Amino acid sequence: MTFMAKPKVRHPSLPKNSLGLTRRDYEGSMSTLCAGCGHDSITAAIIESCWGLALEPQNVVKLSGIGCSSKTTAYFVGGGHGFNSVHGRMPSIAMGANAANRDLTYIGVSGDGDTLSIGLGQFCHAIRRNLNMLYIIENNGVYGLTKGQFSASADVGTQAKKGEVNRQPPIDPVLLAMTLGAPFVARSFSGDKEQLVPLIQAGMRHRGFAIIDVLSPCVTFNDHEGSTKSYAYTREHYDAAVNADFIPFAREITADYSAGESLPVVLHDGSRIVLKKIAPGYDPTDRIAAMAQIQAGMQKQEFLTGMLYLGRGDREFHDLNDMPQRALNSIPYEQLTPGSRAMDKILARFR
Amino acid sequence: MQDRTNDFAIKIATVNGTGSASANTLLMKSIFRSGIPVMGKNYFPSNIQGLPTWYEIRVSHKGYVARSGNIDLMVAMNAETYARDVREVTSGGYLLYDSTWPRPTVFNRTDVTLLGVPLAQLCNESFDGLRTRILMKNICYAGVLAALLDLDLARIRELLAETYAKKQKLIDSNMRAIDLGYDYARKHFACPLPIKVAKLSQTAHHIMIDGNTAAGLGCVYAGATVAAWYPITPSTSLMDAFKGFADKWRVDPATGKKNFAFIQAEDELAAIGMVLGAAWNGARSFTATSGPGISLMGEFIGLAYYAEIPAVIFDIQRVGPSTGMPTRTQQCDVMSAAYASHGDTRHVLLLPRDPEECFYFARDAFDLAERLQTPVMVLSDLDIGMNDWMCPDLKWDDSYQPDRGKVLAVDEIAKLEKFYRYLDPDGDGIPYRTLPGAHPKGAYFTRGSGHNQHGGYTEDSVEYQIVLDRLVEKFNTAKTLVPKPVIDANPRVEIGLVAYGSSDGAVREARDMLQAQGIMTNYMRVRAFPFGEEVEQFLEQHRLLFIIDQNRDAQMRSLLTLETRVEKAKLRSLLHYSGLPISSEFIVTGVLAEVGTRARVVGVGA
Repeated sequence: MTFMAKPKVRHPSLPKNSLGLTRRDYEGSMSTLCAGCGHDSITAAIIESCWGLALEPQNVVKLSGIGCSSKTTAYFVGGGHGFNSVHGRMPSIAMGANAANRDLTYIGVSGDGDTLSIGLGQFCHAIRRNLNMLYIIENNGVYGLTKGQFSASADVGTQAKKGEVNRQPPIDPVLLAMTLGAPFVARSFSGDKEQLVPLIQAGMRHRGFAIIDVLSPCVTFNDHEGSTKSYAYTREHYDAAVNADFIPFAREITADYSAGESLPVVLHDGSRIVLKKIAPGYDPTDRIAAMAQIQAGMQKQEFLTGMLYLGRGDREFHDLNDMPQRALNSIPYEQLTPGSRAMDKILARFR
Repeated sequence: MQDRTNDFAIKIATVNGTGSASANTLLMKSIFRSGIPVMGKNYFPSNIQGLPTWYEIRVSHKGYVARSGNIDLMVAMNAETYARDVREVTSGGYLLYDSTWPRPTVFNRTDVTLLGVPLAQLCNESFDGLRTRILMKNICYAGVLAALLDLDLARIRELLAETYAKKQKLIDSNMRAIDLGYDYARKHFACPLPIKVAKLSQTAHHIMIDGNTAAGLGCVYAGATVAAWYPITPSTSLMDAFKGFADKWRVDPATGKKNFAFIQAEDELAAIGMVLGAAWNGARSFTATSGPGISLMGEFIGLAYYAEIPAVIFDIQRVGPSTGMPTRTQQCDVMSAAYASHGDTRHVLLLPRDPEECFYFARDAFDLAERLQTPVMVLSDLDIGMNDWMCPDLKWDDSYQPDRGKVLAVDEIAKLEKFYRYLDPDGDGIPYRTLPGAHPKGAYFTRGSGHNQHGGYTEDSVEYQIVLDRLVEKFNTAKTLVPKPVIDANPRVEIGLVAYGSSDGAVREARDMLQAQGIMTNYMRVRAFPFGEEVEQFLEQHRLLFIIDQNRDAQMRSLLTLETRVEKAKLRSLLHYSGLPISSEFIVTGVLAEVGTRARVVGVGA
């Protein structure tokens, strides 16, 4: 199978965003994943999100590691640079790229194997640095490209296609990210575009590390009876704890959110996330309480979803390192070299 | 012993963590400031406190910088290593020891003059506090040496004043310790010894600097903005130096913001990933590591080679295999660096000989990495990186402009019908690249998986091979861009010495020693891989070639055998892999063992 470009045929009546671009302009090459793969739905949600936010395509940077999920960065925003790196190491590429140019929007797409096994270290340290990016985990509990081994997110008792039962406890990326201090933590389901799109939009606009763990059933290796990450099981055990609306800065707020039911949070760029339909007793701004409830849900075999935790006022990587507003890669060389005049002073120490 | 003014070596055996480093630096710098060429080498343990450590000072009016292989005076301060320290003194030499406590007489040698000084006793009588007494004992031996070697006390006082700046108390106590030793030696021994210094004027316009500091400074001058690393001996001081210089020279005076990113990574895999991410995004970025780090970075180095991303990696080599001896020197990463990563990969290597070249090669490494869109590794070693070497003043040419390579500007992309990442429009094997954020037409997908010359994913044999074959063309272009070898050759001489990196000083001295015995040699110092035509020619022109490696397996000889047309049969190896820097004597002995008297005949009149 080689590279397949999508034909650029446009229907004249396709809706356009403020840049005059249609959703088609945010697509990439043709997906080569299995028909019905949850990942393709996530790709669609990313396309919808970028179109909705009217991002300049060239300002979107797409990063990934290795695995089915990591292939998907080729399937959206063809006008943005993509970097399909090595297995589990996407966060380091994102870190370097972000350090060089803070002005772009960084979207990382990873899988449960890529993030929670081979890439667990880099995932954790990207959070510690509060790297400004949106990190999406397309979580299906299984290694697809190597044909069905359990991943580290597989639940105890879940059954592989060939009948093997998993006995090792899973690593939950949401709880892990919250433990490590990630300022934006969400969970969603590939089949719930309505919930997912505002989360992606908010995650892209949020300054600092934003993670969305998206349950994304594998139709080929993990969609059978006995699996806890199948479509059927996920739909059944899916519980929206906090839904969110994303309202970009400068857009008029039209929806009516009555007090008590909703909680607006203003982001650094002036846009807002309005948390709504919050489950009774759930406080998405209280990290410790939220973690307790997520864990309580897990014990009942329920996946709490939505905007699970939103911290405030976090300082991202550049702030933490006293770096300038200006992208490092745009500083002219003349401002970077001490020049020959400084050399005498520098060498004095070595005489 | 005959007069050996400005031509001797001393070695100081101490315990690490006792302040001997200050005493040794003081001695070396006072000699340097008296205008006499000097070299200091530190042999230290992988430990913070309590293990044996040695410092060797070579004084040479001829400017020789290598270990000679001889020790004319041993300062045996460490009872634990006393026996071997006594053994190491060259016949006719001297042994200075602390005579406060008796030393086993069984180790005494009749051919070595013993100089006993009750250092501990002197210091215990003059100073209070355990720690102070230990520290001052070491300063005290510097005072003894000052008398024995006829060092300038005014220079020592000047250095102490600079070191301790406004702490007058420290200056006074240190000077008191110096005087204690100095006076004792003058009273009890015939000072100075035949090994002594006398003022010269050969160090003007020179500095004493270590290679890691010089390389770190080179990165600042070259305009590197993203530095990512994981601590590992002996590379760490390179990053410390970069940060130190950048904190001073890279901070925006108006905003106080740092025009650089300095990222301590979670491991070497992340460090190189960050370097690649930054370079891909248009920043000059680098990392520093040692052998184990190169092993860990292997996968990403292969990605950078295949996806054609610039990267600058400093490998400060240490003794392997595995963890090896982290504080000892070797040139043992030649092969693992040249072919780092799985699959068909070959990498550009720069091989600096000393701190001066570390500085200039740092600059060249960024230019080459961006011109060639590939990783460039600078193979330094612990000897270069962590020891102070005398070098000519570093100079910066303000007309220098970084070579950012074939990066398309926004207006150039806009004019294109369509951008393809991996074409070779110029016939030099180097494609054009674009930076993220420039223009939607410039977008492409970077991948380590099979790709065609248009940048698309492929599993097609022909498409795959087109890209892989072009990478060979690019490597051939690299041969013409990398630093050329330094060759000193007489066409009538048939014996060639080939060396690289920190072996240079020992080779140059060895050639003089061989010449004094009537053996003429030619010399090529290889400064980079891939090897260019000059290397091929030198190898071709000699009947017998000695390849000098500081590793067990003759890695440079292997690389030359694999990558040039040279006949294997005429290659000989001189292999030094003790962990100490190679000495001139080792090379002389090795050459003599092979060429015997036949070469003398060849050498006559040559």
